[in-house]
Amino acid sequence: MDAAEKEEISVEDEAVDKNIFKDCSKIAFYRRQKQRLSKKSTYRALLDSVTEGKESTRFQIINEAAKVPLLAEVYGIEGNIFRLKINEETPLKPRYEVPDVLTSKPSTVRLISCSGDTGGLVLANGKGDLKCHITANPFKIDLVSEEEVVMSINSLGQLYFEQLQIPPKQRATKENEEDTSDDTTQENQEELGLWEEKFRNFVDVKDNGPASIGLDFSLHGFEHVYGIPQHAESHQLKNTSDGDAYRLYNLDVYGYKIHDKMGIYGSVPYLLAHKLGRTLGIFWLNASETLVEINTSGDTEPAVKDALTQTGPVAVKQKVRSQTDVHWMSESGIIDVFLLTGPTPSDVFKQYSYLTGTQAMPPLFSLGYHQCRWNYEDEHDVKAVDAGFDEHDIPYDVMWLDIEHTEGKRYFTWDKKRFPNPKRMQELLRSKKRKLVVISDPHIKIDPDYLVYAKAKEQGFFVRNHEGGDFEGVCWPGLSSYLDFTSPKVREWYSSLFAFSVYQGSTDILHIWNDMNEPSVFRGPELTMQKNAIHHGNWEHRELHNIYGFYQQMATAEGLIQRSKGKERPFVLTRSFFAGSQRYGAVWTGDNTAKWSYLKISIPMLLTLSVTGISFCGADVGGFIGNPKAELLVRWYQAGAYQPFFRGHATKNTKRREPWLFGEEHTRLIQEAIRERYTLLPYWYSLFYSAHVASQPVMRPLWVEFPDEVETFGVEDEYMLGSALLVHPVTEPKATVVDVFLPGSSEVWYDSKTFAHWEGACTVKIPVALDTIPVFQRGGSVVPIKTTIGRSTGCMTDSPYGLWVALSTKGSAVGEFYLDDGHSFQYLHQKQFLHRKFSFASGVLINSCADKRGHYPSKCVVEQILVLGLKKQPSSVTSHSPDGKAQPVAFTYCAKTSTLNLEKFSLNIGADWKVQIQ
Amino acid sequence: MLLVLLLLPMCWAVEVKRPRGVSLTNHHFYDESKPFTCLDGSASVPFDQVNDDYCDCKDGSDEPGTAACPNGSFHCTNTGYKPLYISSRWVNDGVCDCCDGTDEYNSGIVCENTCKEKGRKERETLQQMAEVTREGFRLKKILIEDWKRAREEKQKKLTELQAGKKSLEDQVELLRTLKEEAEKPEKEAKDQHRKLWEEQLAASKAQREQELATSAFQELDDDMDGAVSVAELQTHPELDTDGDGALSEGEAQTLLGGDTQTDAASFSDRIWAAIRDKYRSEVLPTDLPSPPAPALTEPREEQPPVPSQPAEEEDEEEEETEEEEGGEEGEEEDSQVPGEQPKETPPPVVPPQTASPTEEDKMPPYDEQTQAFINAAQEARNKFEEAERSLKDVEESIRNLEQEISFDFGPNGEFAYLYSQCYELTTNDTWGSWAGPDHDKFSAMKYEQGTGCWQGPNRSTTVRLLCGKETVVTSTTEPSRCEYLMELMTPAACPEPPPEPPASGNHDEL
Repeated sequence: MDAAEKEEISVEDEAVDKNIFKDCSKIAFYRRQKQRLSKKSTYRALLDSVTEGKESTRFQIINEAAKVPLLAEVYGIEGNIFRLKINEETPLKPRYEVPDVLTSKPSTVRLISCSGDTGGLVLANGKGDLKCHITANPFKIDLVSEEEVVMSINSLGQLYFEQLQIPPKQRATKENEEDTSDDTTQENQEELGLWEEKFRNFVDVKDNGPASIGLDFSLHGFEHVYGIPQHAESHQLKNTSDGDAYRLYNLDVYGYKIHDKMGIYGSVPYLLAHKLGRTLGIFWLNASETLVEINTSGDTEPAVKDALTQTGPVAVKQKVRSQTDVHWMSESGIIDVFLLTGPTPSDVFKQYSYLTGTQAMPPLFSLGYHQCRWNYEDEHDVKAVDAGFDEHDIPYDVMWLDIEHTEGKRYFTWDKKRFPNPKRMQELLRSKKRKLVVISDPHIKIDPDYLVYAKAKEQGFFVRNHEGGDFEGVCWPGLSSYLDFTSPKVREWYSSLFAFSVYQGSTDILHIWNDMNEPSVFRGPELTMQKNAIHHGNWEHRELHNIYGFYQQMATAEGLIQRSKGKERPFVLTRSFFAGSQRYGAVWTGDNTAKWSYLKISIPMLLTLSVTGISFCGADVGGFIGNPKAELLVRWYQAGAYQPFFRGHATKNTKRREPWLFGEEHTRLIQEAIRERYTLLPYWYSLFYSAHVASQPVMRPLWVEFPDEVETFGVEDEYMLGSALLVHPVTEPKATVVDVFLPGSSEVWYDSKTFAHWEGACTVKIPVALDTIPVFQRGGSVVPIKTTIGRSTGCMTDSPYGLWVALSTKGSAVGEFYLDDGHSFQYLHQKQFLHRKFSFASGVLINSCADKRGHYPSKCVVEQILVLGLKKQPSSVTSHSPDGKAQPVAFTYCAKTSTLNLEKFSLNIGADWKVQIQ
Repeated sequence: MLLVLLLLPMCWAVEVKRPRGVSLTNHHFYDESKPFTCLDGSASVPFDQVNDDYCDCKDGSDEPGTAACPNGSFHCTNTGYKPLYISSRWVNDGVCDCCDGTDEYNSGIVCENTCKEKGRKERETLQQMAEVTREGFRLKKILIEDWKRAREEKQKKLTELQAGKKSLEDQVELLRTLKEEAEKPEKEAKDQHRKLWEEQLAASKAQREQELATSAFQELDDDMDGAVSVAELQTHPELDTDGDGALSEGEAQTLLGGDTQTDAASFSDRIWAAIRDKYRSEVLPTDLPSPPAPALTEPREEQPPVPSQPAEEEDEEEEETEEEEGGEEGEEEDSQVPGEQPKETPPPVVPPQTASPTEEDKMPPYDEQTQAFINAAQEARNKFEEAERSLKDVEESIRNLEQEISFDFGPNGEFAYLYSQCYELTTNDTWGSWAGPDHDKFSAMKYEQGTGCWQGPNRSTTVRLLCGKETVVTSTTEPSRCEYLMELMTPAACPEPPPEPPASGNHDEL
């Protein structure tokens, strides 16, 4: 007990000091917007200024405070998306518009405009089922879908736009006569932080002055909103009216606090809203510091309803009973917002990935288990840990090396004492078809003898400080400069560093991990870079802070692709991310803590990442900080085995925790959990393919799969993997039973181990022992699995498959299977892939081709088929192979569990065949 | 000839037909003429289902040569090297696990047969190890002998010391008695001396008072009539008793004890004491300093000189620790005049006196007789203390020897030579215990409670002992933070080698 308390305390000691980071009251642009908005100066649209361009409809908006009108543009975009841009018509200098996030210039569709009844403007898509109603005074846009107002913009009048001004000093010299009405007292100046903002010991000098923007969105009938990662918070976004807004500002927060809205490592300014019959998305394309306020009200007042019906020409069909107001505020840039109109969750996922891209198709090995620690000390240590996995017969795919593998934290180098022969070490891993991941951070040690530094310095590749010299900050290596990844030239050069000939000691099994790329700057304000540091194109850091990490991962992934001459898929893990990061690899939830509460919060955190496009995500198994007890570690492995990115990791001052260090029983339990992961690899891989080509998240909140069931909207202690498996990880100590909610009134669910089944729309009490991972297969699904587990994914290429066929209440099931070489781009360029569809109906299971474009020969066979929920014992089972041959199949039937097991089955997974059960 | 006979049956054995992945010892369970019964007895299947790539047995025994069962074992003969069981899941997985390559018969990769090479290397290593072990063991025996001898010597020394201790104790007792005896007359003489001196002091003080009274009387007796009257007294307003600044008649009379005058004798007897503290002489500008209570300063006996305090070491240390604190402290130090006593000097032995005692306040030196007593007692004390110190030294030596003799230096004391030796051990850990597994507890040492680690536990070190010819540290690692692992080669860890094997030229199985 004493020891336990001590442990807790030591962990507490390392918990984050929140004073280092700003809350809203310490953010000047937030204070300004709040102050100004309380005075309400409403914008009106000058609809006589409407011009219709090739792509967009433009008009001016103005309020009394603004001396010059703003320009608003409305675009129709393919796939039922609207885009609204608001900018100054002729700003003093250009305002930052986020590049490189949109995959390409989105194709616009022409909007048909007509005048509304009350002098407003109506823009409709081609089919006329989606319309924007623009009201002139006060300026407001209603998004109308099939005669229903689903969203209103600026209906609360929170549109805010600080136009760029000449600095007061210059103004004073230029316009001596200028009146002083604008002048503010010293005190007020400090409060407003227009040209200078203080925080702790730091002063942010703003050469461009105030430039913040804000806008409100009212979501009619919506009570459930999700997204805007990354926060250690619940999946469903909370009301912020009685606390801080959700902050989007990428920060290195060691041991972040949970159930907090502070910004951590990454940001995706994208919010989803869901109600019965409709899912919407709001993508706020802005990379500066951003705050989001959420205000959900259960019942809106009738007056508001009336106003809606009056201003809009459309009768509100559905009774508006609730509303969620979302207020976005950013420090700078322009208003550039995409409205994703759904109407289904799946549609919204497609619309979002149409804009920002889909999940990169991961190399197969990266879906295996990853073993990491800060740090595996030396080559000998690596060898011993690697051997430990074989000795205990635990599969794993990737060994990881943290910062200590380098020569004094000079990335791209090796510590010669610890790793005298990195190639030999990689050959050892290669011999077992395993891989190596090493770290590469964006800070570069200031050392003229360090080639990377010298080259970057010479070419001016570092971010510059406000005074014009190279920015210098302290990070792991000591004083460092930071590569300016926002520059295409720097990215190109950085990519070239990964070439085998340049990166000494690297081989093709070496992949990369980008850490500290918020960027983390020790002793900087909020442990990051000063906002007035200067990037490529003379843009201030404040404009693009949230996208810095995105660019590093982009350049790293590109480098790995280039070193293979475009042939191989890279694996790159990043800690910092932005909208679109899914295109470059995986993301994890940073420095979590070895506590049950952090295990629990990992689920909503990953669900939130998943619905915002980042399917390949995970949390450090065991908790990075502190020492997990055996029970927590086992439960974490069990949870991690069913989360997309599966890596054990631990910080430097923790005890060793390789899976076999907790006694035989716990070793066995961890081994079992990891083996379950490898058993399901074919399913995981197929899900990732679906994320890659069809934008569907791998890990899904229940509401995504059951959008018509209100009870699922707030569930975050369980989730779906694809559409077939429901997982409810045990996240409580000493649990003996868990309450599992099985959704869907017409569904049937099967326990994946006992095959016991339940009808849906009920909560069942599932008894759990330490070896229980509550996983349920949904009736109506087919899940492909591997029947034997090798020591790594590479060793399982030829091992046979099994199919878990779980019958629906109607006695049918469908499922898909995807296979390719697991590592190259051949699936894309040469269509070397296999995409199969399994369907079961009327006693016949059919293996057919799901995508005729693909060809990939496999010698693998399906050797086992398990049919769950077969009520009647069959009299015979016959297989029909492609050549028409019919063969009887041996089977066993268990009446108690209604389970049919087809054994000694041996038909090629890639061939057309059917199995008939009579 | 004998060799050939020995080898022949083995060659036949290798030829015995058995299913893939089955070891020689198990081959009789796999009889192709009978149905196969799983080794755990759980099921029985037709023999053609053995190695048919489908798992029938719960224990995996029907698929020793395929990867079909999750828990089966594949046996590699590894001719030329050691036979090996691997997990049958590793069969045909594209990784060569067996040196004879038999585990990869259908995975498309070609495994080179490396058994011969491995066997050769292994034998070389074994030979080297045997050589090391032999030599190490020889050294170990020497170490054991050394320790035996050293232990005997130490035991002997211990016995001697213990005997010596007894006589020392007696001597200490004797000297204690002598000391106490010598101290008795010393004390008496000193007390006597002090008493005399105190009496003398008292007498001289009384005399001085008398003189003062007389002179005051004379001063006061303005009319020289041999008596001091009320009026005469009133010329000294400082004697005022009610604080109004003047000495009234009544007050004066009260001072005179109710009389109107007083003569010299009763003045000095009764009145002087009451007024002396206030009385201001007319002759002297300031009042006579009241004589301080004589400080009882004894004459010093062999006062050791106050050692000058260079205290350099301490100073240096201080500087180091204060360096980080920077400015202020440094300045303070700078302002110190060199040669002044440093801050930390202990207070001087002589306490500072506010007024230096007059010569007469000093106790006169002891007379010869007393000094003789003192000298004698001091000598007795010195002798006693010296004897007591020697006794303590002997006791300390005995304790150390006892500790060393009783220390667990391994079964035969082979680790004794490492006692108090330092092999690059800089973590300040202290000896914990032998830490090897139960059957071999002397194969590792555990040192614990070293200096604390930042954000970590106290440092601890496990030393793994390996057989070697020399005593050297071969590696130091930190597998967990602040938990170190050292490997120490030492002959003391060498096991007794097996008897010399008969030379065997053709022996290639290991």
